[in-house]
Amino acid sequence: MRALLEMQSISKSFPGVKALDHVDLTVREGEIHAICGENGAGKSTLMKVLSGVYPAGTYEGEILYDGEPARFRDIRDSEEKGIIIIHQELALVPQLSIAENIFLGNERSSRGVVNWHETNRRTEELLAKVGLKEAPTTRVDNIGVGKQQLVEIAKALSKQVKLLILDEPTSALQENDSRKLLDLMLELKSQGVTCILISHKLGEVRYVADTITVIRDGSTVSTLDSANGVSEDRIVRDMVGRDMTQRFPEHDRKPGNVLLEVDGWNAWHPEHAERRVIRDVSFNVRAGEVVGIAGLVGSGRTELAMSIFGRSYGRNVSGSVRLRGKPIDVSSVDKAIEAGISYVTEDRKTLGLVLDETIRFNTTLANLKAVSAGGVLNRNEETRTAENYRDALAIRTPSVFQKTVNLSGGNQQKVVLAKWLYTAPEVLILDEPTRGIDVGAKYEIYSIINDLAEQGKGVVMISSEMPELIGMCDRIYVMNRGSLVGELPAADATQERIMSLMVNE
Amino acid sequence: MAFAHSEGVVGPKKTTQGVREYVMSHLREYGLLIALIVVMVFFQIVTDGTLLRAVNVTNLLLQNSYIVIMALGMLIVIVSGNIDLSVGSVMGFIGALAAVMMVQLDAPMLVTVVSCLIVGGFIGAAQGYWVAYWKIPSFIVTLAGMLVFRGLSLWLLEGQSVGPFPREFQVIANGFVPDIFPASWSASLASAFGERQVNILALVAGIASAALVFWMGHKQRARNRAYGIEDEPLSFFAARNFIVAAALIFITYKLSTFRGLPNVLITMGILTVIYTFITSSTVIGRRIYALGGNEKAAKLSGIKTERLTFLAFTNMGVLAAAAGLVFAARLNTATPKAGFALELDVIAAVFIGGASMSGGVGTIIGAVVGAFLMGVLNNGMSIMGIGIDYQQMIKGLVLLAAVVFDVYNKQKQG
Repeated sequence: MRALLEMQSISKSFPGVKALDHVDLTVREGEIHAICGENGAGKSTLMKVLSGVYPAGTYEGEILYDGEPARFRDIRDSEEKGIIIIHQELALVPQLSIAENIFLGNERSSRGVVNWHETNRRTEELLAKVGLKEAPTTRVDNIGVGKQQLVEIAKALSKQVKLLILDEPTSALQENDSRKLLDLMLELKSQGVTCILISHKLGEVRYVADTITVIRDGSTVSTLDSANGVSEDRIVRDMVGRDMTQRFPEHDRKPGNVLLEVDGWNAWHPEHAERRVIRDVSFNVRAGEVVGIAGLVGSGRTELAMSIFGRSYGRNVSGSVRLRGKPIDVSSVDKAIEAGISYVTEDRKTLGLVLDETIRFNTTLANLKAVSAGGVLNRNEETRTAENYRDALAIRTPSVFQKTVNLSGGNQQKVVLAKWLYTAPEVLILDEPTRGIDVGAKYEIYSIINDLAEQGKGVVMISSEMPELIGMCDRIYVMNRGSLVGELPAADATQERIMSLMVNE
Repeated sequence: MAFAHSEGVVGPKKTTQGVREYVMSHLREYGLLIALIVVMVFFQIVTDGTLLRAVNVTNLLLQNSYIVIMALGMLIVIVSGNIDLSVGSVMGFIGALAAVMMVQLDAPMLVTVVSCLIVGGFIGAAQGYWVAYWKIPSFIVTLAGMLVFRGLSLWLLEGQSVGPFPREFQVIANGFVPDIFPASWSASLASAFGERQVNILALVAGIASAALVFWMGHKQRARNRAYGIEDEPLSFFAARNFIVAAALIFITYKLSTFRGLPNVLITMGILTVIYTFITSSTVIGRRIYALGGNEKAAKLSGIKTERLTFLAFTNMGVLAAAAGLVFAARLNTATPKAGFALELDVIAAVFIGGASMSGGVGTIIGAVVGAFLMGVLNNGMSIMGIGIDYQQMIKGLVLLAAVVFDVYNKQKQG
């Protein structure tokens, strides 16, 4: 097969950092080419160079596309040549219909008047191609993230796509939706569309990719032919530049007495007061224990955690919470914190951090009392505190006065963790603590969780990644449609058993 | 931890900063100061020195005092992610209330002042209640408030102007702090400087505050160095503090050759110091920045965001009342038109001072400098005899330029 795309010796610098250092990438026509690498390795930068977000002239090196040198000025320019990129954060307008979104900026119209008949007919064709059974007039905010992803692909197909770039397309998707998407990629490939897939999830990379290019620290490390069977360990080794014999740090825990008990917990939807989202949930956590909560997105895991954490979710909540056998008041966030409970959100950017503020600002935010006297802040003490956590959690930054928006995902997650550790909690609820962060940083987060358990804290870990739950937890609860449907000791837990409880109707 | 260098910091690494880089990253703060100086020098030249005449400097301070007082509260409201369009009307209403109480009902001054401040607080609280606890956009609540209180002052004054105020009340705005030093000293100083008179207290206060600026700057710098925080190149530190100190001494010298320190300047100065302290060094100040920066994250950190919003508006109400008293005392009468469209000047001052419309960003000192920048523009253009038509256009463009500059800077850093 001939090469559709050749990127030769691409280099790109930002003030103070070299993001790409002579990267080579060759994508053959009609293949699915995966690009793997840790966060910050340069994958997204490379794709931005390719799609013209960074216009020709702002980088060094040559791009050959379809046999000709390409010098894209902007995204429009690259799209005209059939290069279409679908970003991690979806770029759909939620208030518009599927059809309106697909033809946004590319309206089927004559003399400025939209031809709705034509628009909807074409949309139906495209939706059939991607296997989405929705009416073209359905508003995008009425369909789930998985289906929105398909709408994005339909939109790409509407533009005569030749090279489709998917940037972490499954990071927000459930297992079954992810599978559908990957199968669609294989289907598109059989129709002759070339794909570049950027993904952290090695299982899916191995499932669809013909070729895998691994990038580390802005350079190409290896290009692997997937047909010959590449092991995950090999990819991981190339990604992190070291052997990764263990994905999870070892632990030897001896859980103590029951620390937290939640009994008969119910929560109702904030807008639809009659909808009970959490149904009669009871669970407990022992001192020094890590307890997992598995479940599909929408099964109520986050809602359970947030309703316990100061009624941050739900208009009506009922049930009791006890700590060391004594009932505690968790009716507001500050009371829950006071009682010794912390909740580390799954969405660090919108719910966890004040992004435009510094590491120091964020570290002390939930416990300003400890760094103030009579309502006046002691900023030296704050700086010391933030620096202590920076060292203890290995937050990689030259100074705690760095704005958190400039940190990588893993370091941001550590700042959020630092904030909650500083409230000196007895029980930590961690909601997807490793979402969207790379392998090395994940290992560090796991180590921190083990340390916490060793100190006798109770940890509740909500996660969509089953290997993570099995590898880290002592016990795993499974949630399904608002109820706890199972409890498995980690020793007996297998992905199959958890999954069957999760999806059981 | 098990693995080193798994992730690096994205963005420029900061080691030893060059002067150039430092200037680029602090362009906004210097820009504002430089803009103020440039505007002052410009008007000083084109008005043949009228701008910085003692009487005009005094006038400038008096004229802008109520804007500055309201800008302090507005900064907090804007940092919290809201806006208050009602302050001009509230200010006018409080002036009317004071006039009715003192002129028509012969209420004692202290009773009037205290009850006016309390009423202002209630007005702010009433608006803050809807914004904080009912989540009604502040733009709408305070737009309603703007109409309601404009109407109320008309009703209260029955469409008439009410005045004059008792002498003791006028002193709030038009009075000066008497010199405490012997008259013979000031007479000999006056002859030495070749002036008609010199108020030594004013001069001493100026020199003392200049020294204070230097001392506090030095302390801050020492602390920053101890923690290895990026610090200003020495030349910049010295130049900036020298300019500020020189300006303080220059202004107080001018004041001393006229009638001394205006009472309002003292009020303004004390309030500015208090609010700078609150916003930069207290728990409640920190929480307001967190609220404006990311309300959801603040809430999940145990911060009572509703109560903070409520307090921000209550505080704004009290300051609008204070400004209303100063304004009425200065004009010596309350008119139904008092404070008309002033909210826009106040809001403009805060944005020129570097605050962000989306909340979480802005400083008290920026807002104060922003207010004076607008004040000097107004004053300078008036002296030049530029019509109100051009004045409005120029002020509008200055506001736009300041915000464009902010956004451009942010994108460049982006």
